[in-house]
Amino acid sequence: MPTVSEALELMDYGPAPESTAAAMDWLKGRTFGHFINGKLTKAGETFATVSPATGTELAQITQGTEADVAAAVKAARKAAPGWAALSGHDRARHLYALARLMQKRERLFAVLESLDNGKPIRESRDIDVPLAVRHFYHHAGWAELVADDFPGMRPHGVCGQIIPWNFPLLMLAWKVAPALAAGNTVVVKPAEQTPLTALLFAELCIEAGLPRGVVNIVTGDGRTGAALVAAEVDKIAFTGSTEIGRLIRRATAGSAKALTLELGGKSPFIVFAEADLDAAVEGVVDAIWFNQGEVCCAGSRILVQESVADRFVTRLKARMNTLRLGDPLDKSTDIGAVVDEVQLTRIRGIVDQAVAQGAVLHQAPIPNGPGSFCPPGLLTDLGAANIAMTEEIFGPIVSLITFRTPGEAVELANNTRYGLAASIWTENITAALDIAAQVKAGVVWINGTNIFDANAPFGGMRESGFGREGAREGMLAYLTRDEATGPLRKPAAAPSPAPAGASGDAIDRTRKLYIGGAQKRPDGGASYAVKGAQVPLGSRKDIRNAVEAAHKAGGWSKVTGHNRAQVLYFLAENLAAHPIGDAEEHALAVQRAFYWAAWADKYDGRVHATQSAHVTLALKEPFGVMGIVAPEEAPLLGLVSTVFPAIAMGNRVVVVPSQANPVPALDLYQVLDTSDVPGGVVNIVTGPRGELADTLAKHDDVAALWCFADPETCRNAEIQSAGNLKPVWTETRERDWHGPAGQSREFLRRAVQVKTVWVPYGA
Amino acid sequence: MTHPRNPGMPLTTDWFDRVQVNRPAAERRAATLATRRSVKKEHQAAWLVNAIQCTDLTTLAGDDTPDRVARLCAKARRPLADHIVEGLGLARMPVTGAVCVYPTMVAPAKRALSNSGIPVASVATGFPAGLMPINLRLAEILYAVEHGADEIDIVITREHVLRGEWTALYDEIAAMREACGEAHMKAILATGELVTLTNVYAASMVAMQAGADFIKTSTGKESVNATLPVSLTMVRAARDYGDRTGVKIGFKPAGGIKTAKDAISWQILMKEEMGRDWLRPDLFRFGASSMLADVERQLEHHVTGRYAASHRHAIA
Repeated sequence: MPTVSEALELMDYGPAPESTAAAMDWLKGRTFGHFINGKLTKAGETFATVSPATGTELAQITQGTEADVAAAVKAARKAAPGWAALSGHDRARHLYALARLMQKRERLFAVLESLDNGKPIRESRDIDVPLAVRHFYHHAGWAELVADDFPGMRPHGVCGQIIPWNFPLLMLAWKVAPALAAGNTVVVKPAEQTPLTALLFAELCIEAGLPRGVVNIVTGDGRTGAALVAAEVDKIAFTGSTEIGRLIRRATAGSAKALTLELGGKSPFIVFAEADLDAAVEGVVDAIWFNQGEVCCAGSRILVQESVADRFVTRLKARMNTLRLGDPLDKSTDIGAVVDEVQLTRIRGIVDQAVAQGAVLHQAPIPNGPGSFCPPGLLTDLGAANIAMTEEIFGPIVSLITFRTPGEAVELANNTRYGLAASIWTENITAALDIAAQVKAGVVWINGTNIFDANAPFGGMRESGFGREGAREGMLAYLTRDEATGPLRKPAAAPSPAPAGASGDAIDRTRKLYIGGAQKRPDGGASYAVKGAQVPLGSRKDIRNAVEAAHKAGGWSKVTGHNRAQVLYFLAENLAAHPIGDAEEHALAVQRAFYWAAWADKYDGRVHATQSAHVTLALKEPFGVMGIVAPEEAPLLGLVSTVFPAIAMGNRVVVVPSQANPVPALDLYQVLDTSDVPGGVVNIVTGPRGELADTLAKHDDVAALWCFADPETCRNAEIQSAGNLKPVWTETRERDWHGPAGQSREFLRRAVQVKTVWVPYGA
Repeated sequence: MTHPRNPGMPLTTDWFDRVQVNRPAAERRAATLATRRSVKKEHQAAWLVNAIQCTDLTTLAGDDTPDRVARLCAKARRPLADHIVEGLGLARMPVTGAVCVYPTMVAPAKRALSNSGIPVASVATGFPAGLMPINLRLAEILYAVEHGADEIDIVITREHVLRGEWTALYDEIAAMREACGEAHMKAILATGELVTLTNVYAASMVAMQAGADFIKTSTGKESVNATLPVSLTMVRAARDYGDRTGVKIGFKPAGGIKTAKDAISWQILMKEEMGRDWLRPDLFRFGASSMLADVERQLEHHVTGRYAASHRHAIA
C-alpha cells in the first residue's frame, strides 16, 4: 500500500477488495451433494468447482447420476399435486419468503457468484442479485393471481430446468419463480461451472419451509442435464447454447414434454448519425463489456452509420481503454474472468479466425498470470461473412461494421440466424420505432441495452429459441390447457391414384393446389384419389413454391388488424354463399371467420409496468410464414379453425389439409379468391401429410409450425424443426372443433411472438 | 496554470447545434460511475486531500463581512487540523484551490490570503441571476479585478440559451472574457435553469468558444445545482472542444456538493471521463462551502480510527 502522499501523486484507485470471508466460511471444507425432497443429500462422485480468476478450488460438487435425477423427479412428482392444490395465496407466501431470505443474504449470494463465475462484484451485487430477488417478489404476485388471471389453465406438473453458467442465480430465479408461481414443482440442474449459488438457494428453500420436493437441485455436467431431459418430466426449460438447444429439441420430440428454449444470439447494436454518440458508446460498455460479454443478448454486432463511424470508433476505443480488467472481487473491476479455460479458448479461437479472415483487432494486451482473463476488444474491417459477424463469441469482443441508410441497417441487423435482442440508438424516435418494428428480435432496447425486469418478457425469435421469461407472457410458459382430449390421431394411409368410384361431378372437375393466389398443378404432375375426386399430389417442391409465395405476401403482416378483419368478414360472407363440405362444419366455419375477424384488431400488446421513466411495450407480432398441418378430422372446420386465427394475426400460411378429404379445402380457395385474400396469404398443398409436414418442419424459412396429426408425424416435425428451431405446436389427440376448443385463445397465443420494446425517456 | 489559456475562437454553431444529449443514458452513466469505482484506505485519504486542493472555498451570502471572509480564508490556509496532516504523513499543510467571494469581499480576502499563494475568485456580472445591463456587469468584473481578484466567476444570461440566441450569448461571454484580462474566467451556466442536457451542452460549447477558461455548473442559488448528469454533459463538451482545438478547459461543479462521498464521486467522473490531468486544481474545482467539514471529519477517522465530531474542527 502506498503512502497517502504517494497516492496523492498518482491519484489511482488502488485495491478495493470485497470481503470473501463470509463466503469462504460458508464454503469451508464442503463437499456438496444434491438437494432432493427437501434434504441436502450425501455427496456422490464429485468434481471441483473453481474460481476462474485464480484457478483455486472452491468446493467439491456431486456429479448427478441418472438415479439422482430419477430420485429428484420422483420427489417432484410426489410433491406436485399438493403444491398445485395449495391456494395461490399460500404459494405466494412461500415465494415471498424466498425473496425475503435471498435479500437477507444478498451479499453472500453476490460474493459466491463472483467467486464461482468470475463476474465483477459490482455486477453480481448491483444487477444479478437484485434482479433475482425482484423476480421472486414479482412471481409471489403471480402465485396470488394465477387462478384469477389464467382461467382454464393448469401447471404442467414437473419441470426440468437447465441453468446456464453466465447468470447462475438470476437464470435460476427466471426459471424457478414462475414455475413455482404457476403451481409446478421443479428439478433444477445448475451449470457444472457455477453451482454454488443454487446450492445456497437450496438451503434457503429449507429455511423458508418450502414443502419437500417442490424444488430439487441436481448438480452435474451435461450428462446430468441429458438425464433430466430424458426423465419423466412434463416440461423442459433450457437456457444455453443453440447447439445444445437443438439436441434438446430432438431429444424431447414426440415426448409431449413442453419446451421453452432461450439460446444464443448475435444481437445488432445499431447507431444512427442522430444518436447521442457518447450514450451509444456507453451502451456498448453495457452491451458487450458486461459480464465479460458472456451474455446471450449481448449487442455483439455494432452497426454504425458511415457518416459518424470514425468519431464513434475513436470514442469507443478511448472508452475501451478505461475499462479495468482484473480481480472480480475488486469493487473497481469492470471486466472479470471468463468462466473457464474452455470458454477462453473458444473466444480466442473465433477471434483468431476473424483476424485470419481479414478483421483488425483492437485489444489491450492479454495479462500474464493465473486466471482466465480476456481483455475487451473491438474487431473492425469486417465483411458480413466474417466469422465474427455470424458466430456468437460469448466474450468481450465486439464486431463493428457500417451502414448507409436505415433500410440497410435493418437488412444487416436481420442478416443472422438469431433473433434475441437489438439495440437502437438515435434521438429520432420516429426512426427508432420504425427500426424496432422491423428488426427480428424478441427484445429491442431503444437508446439503452441489457435492461431487464421481472415484468418484461424476455426471449428470442428465430434460432435464439422460443418461449418468454418474465411477466404475464412468461407465466404462460409454465401453464397449459387440456383441450385436445379426443382419441389419438391416426396416420394417413399412403395416397393412391386409384379412384374409389366415380366422381359424381356433372363435369369432371380439376382441383389444383393453391399457391400464391393461383391454382397450380402439382410439380410432380400427379394426383391421388379421394372419395369422389382426384386431387393433386403435392410434393416437397410444391411446399417450397408455397413458402416462397407466402414470403412474397409480406404486405399482409403489415396491414392493420382492421384490414385483415375486413377480409375475414368478406370471406365469411362469401363462404356463407358457397356451401362447402359438411353442412354443420360449413355453418361453423362461417362463424369462425367472424370470430377470428373479431380478434384481428384486438389481440394486442401490453404496456408493462417495469422501471420508472421507461415505456416497456410487449408487442404481439406475427411469425411471418407459418406451416399448418390441419387436422384430418373435421376437414373444413379444422382447416379454417387453424388457418383463420393464424392469418388474422398477420401470418401467411402454407396449409396441408386433410389427406383423406381435402376437397373442402380445395373448394375453399375459390372463396379465398373472391374474398380479397391477397395471393400468398393462404397456400394449400394437398398430398401425403407425413412427407409434407416433414418438408415444412425442415424448411428454414418457415418460422413456426402447427401440426395437428398423428404422433409419428408430430414427433418427426419436432425433430426436424431443430434445424431452424421454429416453435412447433403439435397435437396428437383429436380436438372437438365444433365446441369451444375449436376457437380457443391458444390459437391466438400460438400465432404470435412477443417483441418487448424498451424506451427509456427523459427530456 | 500549467497549460495555455483558452484563446477562444469564433462562434461555430455546428459544433453543437446537432448534438442531442440523451438524458436517461447520461443519468445511467452518472449513476454507475461511482458504483464502478471505489477508493479505499490510503487512496481514499489521498482523494479527499486532493478534493481539498481542488476546492474553491466559498462564501456568497448577503451577510458576509470582512471578518467572516477572513475566517474563511484562515480555513483555506489551514483546512485540516495539524494532527490530521501529521497522521496522514503529508509533507505540508494542503491549501484549498481558491477562496470564492462577492466582489466587495475581494479586498478583505486578498489581505487575509496574502503570501499564501491561494487565489481569490470573485463572482461577478450580476451574480446570481445576471439580469443587469451589460455595461454594469462588465464594470463589476473590472471592479473585482482591480481589487485583486485572480479568477472571475461570471454568470451567463439564461435567456440567451432558452431562446437559442447563440450569437448574443457568445458576444456577452466574449466581452466578459476581455474584461477579465489576466484573471481566469469561469463561466457559470446555471444549468438548473437551462434544464435540458442538450441546452447544457450547447451553452458549454458557446462559453468555451467565447474564451472561458473553466465552465461551471451553478451559482449555488438555483433550485437545482450541480448534478452528475449535468457534469457529465459539461465535461464531455470540454473534451469535444479539446479534441477539436487542443485546448484544455477546466470544470467546476458548484452547489449542493456537501459530502466526502460527493467529493469522491465527482473525482471519479473527472478521472474516468477526462483523465488524471483533470484532478488538478488548474483544471478542476469544487465550488463548495460545507463539503470541507465532512472531508476533514472523514480524514480524521482515517487517521484515528475514531468517528469525528465537527465541533472539534475549526469552522470555515
